[in-house]
Amino acid sequence: MAMTASTPSTDPHAWLRRQTRWHPVEIAFWLATLLPFFLFPNYLVLASQIAITALFALSLDLILGYAGIVSLGHAAFFGLGAYASGILSKHGWGEPLTGLLFGAAVAGIVGYATSFIIARFRHLTLIMLTLGFGLLLFELANKAHWLTGGADGLQGVKIWPIFGRIQFDLWGYTAYSYALIVLFVLFLVCRRLIHSPFGLALRGIRENSVRMPAIGAPSAAHIRKIYTISAAIAGVAGALLTQTTETVALEVLSFARSADTAVMLVLGGAGMLYGGLIGSIIFMIARDQFSGIAPQYWYFWIGILLIVVVMFLPNGILGGLSTLLARWRKP
Amino acid sequence: MTLALSTQGVDKSFGSLVVARDIAISLPQGERYALIGPNGAGKTTLINLMTGMLRPDGGRIFLGDEDITALPPAERVRLGLVRTFQINTLFPQLTALESVTLAVCERIGQAGVWWRGLPSERAAVDEAYEILKSLRLAAVCNRPTRELAYGQQRLLEIALALATRPKVLLLDEPAAGVPKDESTELFNAIAGLSKDIAILFIENDMNVVFRFASRIIVMVGGRILVEGTPAEISSDPRVREVYLGKAHHG
Amino acid sequence: MIGPFLGVLFDGIAYGMLLFLLSVGLSVTLGMMNFVNLAHCAFAMVGGYTTVTLMHVFGWPFVWTLPMAFLTAAAVSVIFERTLYRPLYRASELDQVLLTIGIAFVSVAVAAWFFGTVQQPIQMPPYLRGSVSAFGISFGVYRLFLIAVALAIALLLIVTLEFTRFGATVRASVDNQRMARGLGIDVDRTFAITFALGSGLAGLGGALAIEIVGLDPSFAFTYLVYVLIVVAVGGLGSIGGSLIAATLIGISDVAGKYYVPETGAFLIYLVMIVVLMWRPAGLFARR
Repeated sequence: MAMTASTPSTDPHAWLRRQTRWHPVEIAFWLATLLPFFLFPNYLVLASQIAITALFALSLDLILGYAGIVSLGHAAFFGLGAYASGILSKHGWGEPLTGLLFGAAVAGIVGYATSFIIARFRHLTLIMLTLGFGLLLFELANKAHWLTGGADGLQGVKIWPIFGRIQFDLWGYTAYSYALIVLFVLFLVCRRLIHSPFGLALRGIRENSVRMPAIGAPSAAHIRKIYTISAAIAGVAGALLTQTTETVALEVLSFARSADTAVMLVLGGAGMLYGGLIGSIIFMIARDQFSGIAPQYWYFWIGILLIVVVMFLPNGILGGLSTLLARWRKP
Repeated sequence: MTLALSTQGVDKSFGSLVVARDIAISLPQGERYALIGPNGAGKTTLINLMTGMLRPDGGRIFLGDEDITALPPAERVRLGLVRTFQINTLFPQLTALESVTLAVCERIGQAGVWWRGLPSERAAVDEAYEILKSLRLAAVCNRPTRELAYGQQRLLEIALALATRPKVLLLDEPAAGVPKDESTELFNAIAGLSKDIAILFIENDMNVVFRFASRIIVMVGGRILVEGTPAEISSDPRVREVYLGKAHHG
Repeated sequence: MIGPFLGVLFDGIAYGMLLFLLSVGLSVTLGMMNFVNLAHCAFAMVGGYTTVTLMHVFGWPFVWTLPMAFLTAAAVSVIFERTLYRPLYRASELDQVLLTIGIAFVSVAVAAWFFGTVQQPIQMPPYLRGSVSAFGISFGVYRLFLIAVALAIALLLIVTLEFTRFGATVRASVDNQRMARGLGIDVDRTFAITFALGSGLAGLGGALAIEIVGLDPSFAFTYLVYVLIVVAVGGLGSIGGSLIAATLIGISDVAGKYYVPETGAFLIYLVMIVVLMWRPAGLFARR
């Protein structure tokens, strides 16, 4: 075997296994997501919104944090999932789990189709293209009043009980449980993905896109794949929003949603799996607490926050914390 | 004599600047050729042309018997034509082991696998570790690339190339920026590579070139000036004039 | 039939000239530094509010406020360039995008704080009001004025860029930054001046835009999309390209809203995507 000469610190297998192992902080984090049931039973609706936003941020992290694709139009896939499941239910099929799958499929298919364009471009052109696709879809949904309800929003969404039994309640008990479970399951998928050979290839693309072809890597194929997966997950997040609110507003496709989610991800720390989750928790709670102030002043603080994060906290809150921790451990 | 890599009449120019003119090179299997020439002679450009990072204006490139002129870079790597870079072109945040494992996974077609953890790819990890060990990088294999010493990063450049199991290896100044004593060590490692690999290397240190190359190709101004054995090159008056003369006194 | 058509064409050209003033600075600075400045229209907004303030608070005549709109926007942009932009020239485009979106967010809030979210109406001087008739169509005097100003500036820019020493350094920096540095050109300084000039022109555009499209705090984002489209279609660093692209987009936007109002902005976005995919460097790119 290859390991005969290796000391524990350089044993390749042990080190790699350690990277994928669950950290106690991770377990604590997921246990803490159960706290709202006991501590803040009046805020379960908000909690479900946070879980949905976190799932969307997680999907953005896959392409932005891991593959380095800067997208300003990711809400396109969130919105596609939201409208797909909403329209499905409006036309008589309100079963939630198949609704999620339908949302994922529609977003995933559109994601796959556009991924061929995305994978060909980089830099400013790529940013403009993602922005353009997002705006285009927004305008389409706005104009297709007969299908989407346009600016009035999609009315008449009726969601059946989960497994035919568990009703959605007014207090968000079901909504939060449902959203949290979906988030956790898809988080497990993403966690496995980024610790897989494919996840390593994505980090390779982010770290050095010039070297990848020189080791024989089909970067474009990798990008198409992760873009499709990310779009499908964003579609699930959108479908979750539709199902827990029983309506679809045009806002699901807006540039503001794309930008907000990028802000949350960068605030928490991109490319760290938990960054999007932490970022969306902070962002959503802060917005809820300051909901009294006019939206333009809310964006003042978001703007300041962005400037501060970019200038002083390049890896977001999580990155800053881990740097602090590392310093504290070896004084 | 079977050829590992050959080019026929390769041309390339940027506007009015000719960077390659009628380049014909034949690299036999298992040989070690050196490519030398003054700065701006078009050596790195030639590597870029052969590996597909630049598209030639004319001419053809063969890997073995196969015409690879139209293939994209990654395809050429999969067929066995692999390069390293003069300026470190690595993955700064990945560990040495992760980087090489990635290259191995790409070769064996496992890099698209997303449903299985990296630790399950035992064979790939073992192979990567063996490569690192052979280049004396085993002790630092779990350190991020950006934390490695410069000389170790130069070795990692080669390790990444080896992980693709090349038939032909194009080394662009493998010892660039490495102190003299380390550079000999590095070339010893290169000389120790399997004889199944044909190697073409760019190098400016004539002692190294004469010691490790079986044949030498001299490029000047985008053309091949002369090609021959070290003895022929060192006695060629044209080479003395355009290259050795300057190099020995400068 | 021909009357409305020419009217639409005229309005489209005037709108295009406005887009040209708003976008030409971004086109040149993007071409030079590859710095993705999404706060460009925030500088335009600075110009707009300068004009509003000078007219309403200090009673200046409209035309005199225009140079001040230029200067204020240029001065504000220099402050940002020195403090926030400079450290990020070699940062990732994500960082640049986030920083400049942040600045644009702040600018929207600051504008709303000082001026409220309402539209800012301004009173045009008598000689810029009304319209003149020719060939049986009436041309708005203000739009004629706008077209004249924009064309004069375009001419001035092209002459400056083609025939002056400063213009040569700008062109060299856009074409090949590394080579320009090698030739001893101070690219950073050239960039700072160009950036200030470009932002100043955006400020002038913002001031001239009030009469046509109005002014409220959302200006920083509403017109950003149009400006980016002009830059993308026109090609980075090309003044002629920006002029042609802005005119085309101005005409198609006005014509689209007049003839096929149901498509809205859809058409413009589609054009942008198709052009980007067909020629990623823009239709009239220098490179």
